[in-house]
Amino acid sequence: MLDLYQAGTSPIHMLRPGWKILSLAIAGSALFAVDHILFSAGLLVTTLVLYHLAGLPLSRAWAQIRPALWVFGLIFVAQIIFNDWLIGLYAVVRLAVLLMLAGLLTLTTKSSDMIDGITEGLGPLRRIGVNPDRVSLAISLTLRFIPVLSHVVQDVREAQRARGLDRNILSLAIPTIVRTIRMAEEVSDAIDARGS
Amino acid sequence: MTTKDTVYIALFAALTAALGLIPQITLATGVPITAQSMGIMLAGALLGAKRGGLAIVLFLVLVAIGLPLLAGGRGGAGVFFGASGGFLLGFPIGAFIIGFLFDRHVGQPPFLLSLIYVIIGGIGVVYLLGVPWLAQVADLTLAQAFTGSIAFVPGDIIKSVVTVIIAREVRRALPDL
Repeated sequence: MLDLYQAGTSPIHMLRPGWKILSLAIAGSALFAVDHILFSAGLLVTTLVLYHLAGLPLSRAWAQIRPALWVFGLIFVAQIIFNDWLIGLYAVVRLAVLLMLAGLLTLTTKSSDMIDGITEGLGPLRRIGVNPDRVSLAISLTLRFIPVLSHVVQDVREAQRARGLDRNILSLAIPTIVRTIRMAEEVSDAIDARGS
Repeated sequence: MTTKDTVYIALFAALTAALGLIPQITLATGVPITAQSMGIMLAGALLGAKRGGLAIVLFLVLVAIGLPLLAGGRGGAGVFFGASGGFLLGFPIGAFIIGFLFDRHVGQPPFLLSLIYVIIGGIGVVYLLGVPWLAQVADLTLAQAFTGSIAFVPGDIIKSVVTVIIAREVRRALPDL
């Protein structure tokens, strides 16, 4: 499965996905609730230690924030103009910690385990009408449909090329969507017929 | 909710993911636009409020658990805390609102009205959540955050027009969607 998971056996890999998600939510809220730069700096150090514990090199932590560097730059420059550089540094550190912590969750947890964790976590929501099995079904179907869609796009593109329409987004999108919706109807009939 | 509803929700979550794979186009103004937000608009316009909103919730769940499905191959829980986290949270609500407005009509709403609906949900609602979030995360004022976001609006309007054309043709082919 397309996945950002990095295999490992560290305590952080072994921790149940639900706990990891909960910890991330608490740390993320605390970062904004405790409005002090020392707290953010402390959490930054903690995060880097956690990467080390997970057996991930610090370059992996850096990889989490690299795509956001230009955003950091923009924020920092805006803060220097409107406030001062310390507030800019604070905003950037806070964001960097969040990105690295969330990245740690993603890197140390298999997507399939995360789906199981979610299905399990949704159990109590049965009472308000959420069916966890339906949610699992929808997740697996989506993952199956993504490659199917690109396949259908290829088919439609070839058919439209014969008519010289393969560069027109509308003549690609409309038949693709109509065709996949018809296919979805068949899939749904098949699921119902199998009685699951 | 029937099996068919579940399958449709999954299909439009997948469609939104697949639209993120289309390479982004850079406008003459230098602002990149991606096709992904058309998935949000299409889900609302074709599936209605409940199914459309849930399709986008499902898409975001898959992003959150670490699948690199956002335009540009991004994924993981971190994207929700980043500068554009509010726009992401606006996606399912926007799809819901578009669906809600379309659901008020028995058949198809007229072209111009459809376009207004898609702009309200797909641009208005999304920016309503995205801009204050950006201001909060980046410690900017609302006006500064808004000025920074406005460059993306022309691209979003083009996408709204394309979405309405597609949605009308699909509904014509499949009236009882």
